[in-house]
Amino acid sequence: MIVEAGHFALVLALVLALAQGTFPLIGAATGRSDFMAVGRHAALGQFTLIAISFAALTYAYVTSDFSVANVVQNSHTAKPLLYKITGVWANHEGSMLLWILILGAFGAMVAFFGANLPASLRARVLAVQGLIGFGFILFILFTSNPFDRIWPPPPDGRGLNPLLQDPGLAFHPPFLYFGYVGFSVAFAFAVAALIEGRVDPAWARWVRPWTLAAWCSLTLGIALGSWWAYYELGWGGFWFWDPVENASFLPWLSGTALLHSAIVVEKRDALKSWTVLLAVLTFSLSLMGTFLVRSGVLTSVHAFATDPARGVFILALLVIASGGSLLLYAVRAPSMQGGGLFAPISREGSLVLNNLLLATATATVFLGTLYPLFLDVLDAGKVSVGPPFFNMTFVPLMVPVIVAMGIGPMLAWKRGDLPGVLSRLWLALALAAAIGIGTLIAMGVQSVLAALAMALAGWLMASVLVEWAERVKLFRAPLQESWRRARHIPRSSYGMSVAHAGLAVIVAGITASSAWQTEVIRQMRAGDTVEVAGYSMQFEGVREQRGPNYISRQGEFLVTRNGSVVTTLTPERRAYPIEGDTTTEAAIHTTWLADLYAVIGDGNAEAGWSVRLYHNPLVPWIWVGAVIMVLGGLVSLSDRRHRVGVPERRRARPGPAMPAPAE
Amino acid sequence: MTRKRRRLYMVAAGVTMLGIAAALVLNAFQDNLVFFFSPSELAAREITAGQRIRVGGLVEEGSIERQADSHTVRFTVTDTARSVRVVYSGMLPDLFREGQGVVVQGSLGPDGVFSAEEVLAKHDENYMPPEVADALQKAGHWQKGGGT
Repeated sequence: MIVEAGHFALVLALVLALAQGTFPLIGAATGRSDFMAVGRHAALGQFTLIAISFAALTYAYVTSDFSVANVVQNSHTAKPLLYKITGVWANHEGSMLLWILILGAFGAMVAFFGANLPASLRARVLAVQGLIGFGFILFILFTSNPFDRIWPPPPDGRGLNPLLQDPGLAFHPPFLYFGYVGFSVAFAFAVAALIEGRVDPAWARWVRPWTLAAWCSLTLGIALGSWWAYYELGWGGFWFWDPVENASFLPWLSGTALLHSAIVVEKRDALKSWTVLLAVLTFSLSLMGTFLVRSGVLTSVHAFATDPARGVFILALLVIASGGSLLLYAVRAPSMQGGGLFAPISREGSLVLNNLLLATATATVFLGTLYPLFLDVLDAGKVSVGPPFFNMTFVPLMVPVIVAMGIGPMLAWKRGDLPGVLSRLWLALALAAAIGIGTLIAMGVQSVLAALAMALAGWLMASVLVEWAERVKLFRAPLQESWRRARHIPRSSYGMSVAHAGLAVIVAGITASSAWQTEVIRQMRAGDTVEVAGYSMQFEGVREQRGPNYISRQGEFLVTRNGSVVTTLTPERRAYPIEGDTTTEAAIHTTWLADLYAVIGDGNAEAGWSVRLYHNPLVPWIWVGAVIMVLGGLVSLSDRRHRVGVPERRRARPGPAMPAPAE
Repeated sequence: MTRKRRRLYMVAAGVTMLGIAAALVLNAFQDNLVFFFSPSELAAREITAGQRIRVGGLVEEGSIERQADSHTVRFTVTDTARSVRVVYSGMLPDLFREGQGVVVQGSLGPDGVFSAEEVLAKHDENYMPPEVADALQKAGHWQKGGGT
């Protein structure tokens, strides 16, 4: 009964989405405010209905209702409760339901927080959101209904792929989708602006918080996915340039570009049509990511169970959404004239450079990801494009980005003074050189490229600090004065510094862990000892253990350094009898400067066990850096000027007479 | 700075960037495109020893041979019409087993034995790598629709 209610709520949500997608649009075109008002109520109603629908499916999972086909295929009574709940979105149908739940949530948030938007703009934004929702609910109802019944119900379910029974992956999809879908708001704003034919700084101010929220979530989602791949797949790596990873990375890259170009629109009223184009492209890339994962057209470790009909449907949605909006763009963009002029060397100029490089990087990753597909369609042979391709194209493009990131924030708007800025950055330059040379001396001449990359990371971190110190006049004014200045720097500016510092940490982590990883693959018997990067690891043997729904073979390593015990590593290999799968559980000991990483494979007591041991320097910094970046985004998001409810059309400062809205 | 000049600068910068990107991509494509062959195609074609390629098929039943005291494994990959012997040193993926679809990346030795640098088995046991499914279909032995 509850399951039918969920299904029914979804059908109602479809009808409301259609209403949300049409009435406000007509209302905005004809100036009828009652039609425009439909959007708000429909958005809130649609969200409520989807939430009911989602709750119904969750209920079916928690109570293990095996008359629902989706539950049978992805759940089992013996599964821990957490994974019964996360199992809802660990499969195609349920994850699409989560997708539209988040879409509905964003629609409701626009309806709720958007009271200060001009009525016609809000109506159009909600209408575009409604149309996207309509397409996706239709997709779920026609090709991937999670509420399908099965008769007779089997006694028990088939279980969830054990690789997905993991806390890291359980929360990876919600964050990722929140990011993907969050860009739909930027997209809706862009399309609405194209219909209205007007983009102004106020528009950019409304778009930025949504983009920023989506970007933070996507960053966290990608970081979680990469962390999961690191400890669960047992390959000792964190990023494989796998097509599905790339599918989430592409909208991240263009979304990052969008964040930066929207600043130029907001502050200087320039780069308007480019920003609108980026908003359209970012969401199109999100849709493409969804399409790539669902359709199974690309070979990938992720590969959901696939169905060509679904792929075609999503492709059709993609073509309609991006094709339609690009057509609109082609018609309307020429009429959008940029306002502020600027010299090539200026804050705007540096942001343009950032955008050009990020867009180019997006294009190369896109090409590398889809090239095998193009060749296959042309029947020109089956190829795969491996990590070396991406390392050879993406990395060189990121070098100038990071160099410019140090300089850009210190340049003045309109016309900057490059020699002046460079001379103020002498400390950062010196520090970068010192780090580079120090690395060369410590690690040897063969790591010259890695030393350069470490110098870049140092440069970025130091220039972020120098920029802050300059702003507060640290040591050049009395400390009280510096403190007063530090408190008055806008939060969005702190957000930028923190996020840029986060990237510096990531760059250091990626460089060190790729350049100086130690890998030892051995066949070991109980009692054998092996040396890994100065640690001595003694293999104590293997014992069997029983988990809630698996049997595990646990190896034990006693790790010592210079005779003193560091830790005991216990990598496992888990066999899940219900699902018939085995998973690798790597054992990781982290010092925050490096990880010791152990994996146990096949074998037996006589011949020995095959083991893989790694020493990964600075690898935790990658995720620490990602978290710092997200924190930077959140700090910036908390800036009062970015509040959706506080649109400032003019750059008027609220005087002391005007009470500031509560923080 | 006039609007026209600025636009000119922007276009020039854009074109330069595209040029750099194209150069990087072409250069990287030269060495990093890895072609896929089924064992039948491998037998029919002249492949230079040492060229990096991928081969996919099923791991033949009863063909896995583990060398005692080392982590070297030998097995046969087959598309049911032809097969190729593979040697691999390293840890095999969790889902590597006899009768399962597998893709190996590496190069063909002069002795006709494929030496793999990487063995990819998929994480879902119902899932057949599309290339493998294709290769098996060409050899005429495997029906689509086995998965969910």
